[in-house]
Formats: sequence, C-alpha cells, structure tokens
Amino acid sequence: MTDWSTASAAAIAAAVSSGQVSARTVAEAALARIAAIDPRTNAFTAVLGARALARADAVDAGLARGEAPGALAGVPFAVKNLIDVEGLPTRAGAKINRDRAPATRDGALVRRLEAAGAVLVGALNMGEYAYDFTGENVHDGDSRNPHDLGHMTGGSSGGSGAAVAAGLVPLSLGSDTNGSIRVPSAFCGCFGLKPTYGRLTRAGSFPFVGSLDHLGPMARSVHDLACAYDAMQGEDPEDPVATTRAPEPALPGLEDGLGSLRVAVAGGYFARGGDPEAFAAVARVADALGATRMVEVPEAARARAAAYLITAAEGAALHLDRLRARAGEFDPAVRDRLIAGAMIPAPHVERAQRFRRWYRAAVMDLFREVDILLAPATPCRAPRSGQKTFVIDGVELPVRANIGLFTQPISFFGLPVVAVPVRLDDGLPLGVQVIAAPWREADALRVARVLERSGAVRAPVAALD
Amino acid sequence: MAIPDAPTTEPDLAAYAAAAAPVLGLALDPAWIEPVVANLRVLRAAADLVAAFPLPDEAEAAPVFEA
Repeated sequence: MTDWSTASAAAIAAAVSSGQVSARTVAEAALARIAAIDPRTNAFTAVLGARALARADAVDAGLARGEAPGALAGVPFAVKNLIDVEGLPTRAGAKINRDRAPATRDGALVRRLEAAGAVLVGALNMGEYAYDFTGENVHDGDSRNPHDLGHMTGGSSGGSGAAVAAGLVPLSLGSDTNGSIRVPSAFCGCFGLKPTYGRLTRAGSFPFVGSLDHLGPMARSVHDLACAYDAMQGEDPEDPVATTRAPEPALPGLEDGLGSLRVAVAGGYFARGGDPEAFAAVARVADALGATRMVEVPEAARARAAAYLITAAEGAALHLDRLRARAGEFDPAVRDRLIAGAMIPAPHVERAQRFRRWYRAAVMDLFREVDILLAPATPCRAPRSGQKTFVIDGVELPVRANIGLFTQPISFFGLPVVAVPVRLDDGLPLGVQVIAAPWREADALRVARVLERSGAVRAPVAALD
Repeated sequence: MAIPDAPTTEPDLAAYAAAAAPVLGLALDPAWIEPVVANLRVLRAAADLVAAFPLPDEAEAAPVFEA
C-alpha cells in the first residue's frame, strides 16, 4: 500500500487525478506525518489542518464534477513564513512581525499552486527576516536537519528544506536573496530552484533586499520541481520586477537530455575556499555530465563583496524604523548586522551597484561560450547546530556570514540555478549549483534531470521513522 | 575566498558607530557596540575590495535590476 505521506508530487497528482486516492486521504496522511515527525525537525511554525482538509475536499469535489484535474491535484505543500497565508500574520521569522495584522489574502505563488490543485498544509520556519544561512531562529527554535538532527538545516529557508527532506511535504516554497534556497537544499539534500531574478512573482511576500529577492520551489525530484515552477510562472503587475516575458514551461523538454548544452565547471574562486568534499561533489556531477572544461567567473570574490554590501544596506534601510523602535526584540545576530548595514557610507553601496553593471556584462560574455556552469552550493556539509565558526583554507571564519560564499556571486546577477543533492557517502549531503544563463531555467532543470536519471544526484526521504 | 581582513590601519569604528547611531535615530546599547564594530569591519573590507576595481565613469548603477 502506498504511503501517501512520503510520495512524490507526481505520484500524488496522478493518483488523485485518476481517482486512485482522494485528495483528502493524502492531506490527512501529510498532516499525520507532520504531527508525528515535526516535533523533532521543527520545520513548521503553523499547521493548517482545517484549511488543508477543506481545500482537499474542494479538489475532490471538483474531480467528482468532472472538472479537469490540475497538474498538482491533491499535492500537499508548505511555504516559508515570509509568504502571506490568509489569516496569519506574515512572520518572516521575526517576533516583531507577530504583531502584524493577519494577511487578508494568500501570496501570489500560493494562489497559483492551489489553482493547479495543490493543498497548502502550513507555514515554515526560517531565519529572522531571511538574513541568515543557518536555519537557526531564536524565537521559534532552530529548524533541524532531518538527516542528522544535531546539525543545521541551512537557511534562511530552513523549514522549507527540513519539511521536504523529512518527507512531511513533497513540495515547499522558499526565498533566496543570497543563497537561502540553495544552502538549505544542499544541507538537507533536496532539489531547489532559484529562478532568474524577476521570473516568479514575489507579490504577497515579506521582502528583504528588493534588488536581490527571489522566490522558488524545493522538492525531492526534478519533475516535482519543474511542475511547481511551471504552475507558478506568469506576469504579475503586483510585483514591480516580475517579468512580462511569456511563461517558458520546463516540463515539456525535461526528458530531452543534455543535447547540445555546453557544460563547464566554474574554476578559480569556485574551486577553492571549501572543504575537499564540496569540490568532490562538483566533480561527481561533472563526471556524470562528461564535463571536462573549466572556466573562470570573472571577479567572483568582488561580486560577493558587492552583494554583501548591498544586502546589508538595503536590509538595514528596510528595517530602520523597527531598529529604532524595537531593536531589543530582534535576533541579536540579525540586529547587529542590520545596525552596521545602516552605517555603510552611501558611496560604498553605490560603487557596489555600479560594479554590478560591469559584472553583469562580464558574466554574459561567459555565457557566449557555455550554457551551464557547475559550482559548489556550500563550502562544507551542514555544520553542527549552534556552531559559530568553521575553518576554511586554514582560516577560522564566522559560520553565519560565510556559508553563502559560493551562492552570493551567482544570485548577485540574478542567474537561474538548480541546486542538486549529492550523496558522496553515508554522511550528510552536499549540494551543487547547476547554473544557466538568464531565463534558461528549463536548461538547468533538464541537466538536473539528466543527473537524477544517472543516479549522480538523489534526494531520499530522511530516515526518521 | 573569504572577504579579507581589513588593513591594519583601521579607523576607530567604535567611535564611528557611536557617532553614526544618533544620526540614524538609533539607540545603541553599549553591549551592541562590539558586535556592530565586528560587522562594520567586515563591511569595510568588502567595500575596499569593491572600490579597488577600476570602473569607467559611464558604468551606471544597477539598483533596479534586470537579469
């Protein structure tokens, strides 16, 4: 008998659409598993049992009336708690935000997934105001890595990674400003898509750094990732940077194989400054793709520094009133970074934005020669919970600020990335970034699917039962 | 590669933070000064790294970004 609580989105949608199982049965299974497992993973900050069952009943009723099933019929999903959920204050991981009025409408991506038949079951834990790579939260408790509960999930979409890896839902949504989808995907061993900047609407979500914020899906299979991505595409006048390009679905070409795509490994900056295992994971993926070429992303260290400055300054500007009135209620680690960010001299930030213009042109030149770049997602496997420093290249560095050193230079220019999970051994997973040119998410997903078919990458449910 | 440490000729960032806080309307608890200064040190190193890259005057900022 199928365990619907840990089934893939594809399997659930097929079974619900054909009448093999009801959406209600699937939703009940997901809610039961969350109740049993989540006290250990702490992925959820709100479980919406009544809403989920009502929504599942509506899906079943629609099918009974002969309506066409959606691509995600009956698929349970959950969202990082910076995405609006009607009736809940949008927490964004912050104690301060609990005082906000309840959202009067679901975020745009929640509405789009539910329009495709999916069933929202809850809101997920995250690092405060998304200024985080650890998945730790002083207010809600840390999300815990399902593959080893004593280790970090990564963040800031920590609950999104934990919920998928623990098999609590087959699909979650996260946000990624500097790596917050790709880092927890790597640490928790699941697939994550950070689309091109502007591809998916952010309407109805709490911002962090407007010029770097992206939303995207996380899942345990490439098909599920692509299916959710396709369901969420489309313009939205409520997000000022949402693209007006026509949707470019990824599912139709997902099984097309590598074809003529030119794949290269990112060298230089991306080939040093991490544990050997991080580069072994890249080598595993490159071997599976037959990729032997190495290229250098120009000025990646400077790109990271510029992203760091812009993030601190824009984040501080967003939160300045809250820092004035309620500084004592912030997570201290976030507060101190934001206060420092508020003090950055304006010319330093302007210079970073001007550098961004140069960097964009330089990286676009690179994509004349290659279609896909491979790079580590993180410099190491998930650190222990509470770990403050780690040693990289013999230098002791703060964990919180440095986990994203390989993700920041990529999101700085809005490139689409699929984070793919690599299991080198029985230890914790690692992640590799499959990076494509702007608007070529479908290429990155195709390559991820090749890797999944080859067995080089995989995202099993963590053994928590 | 990590953002390198700031040069040894470091300005008095604690004094800078203490002076900047009231300009920004922020009340700094004395216990926050040290971690704020640590963050300012990292940000200054990042700014130095970016500033060391020569840019033409025509390189306009990209604050509203389009990939």
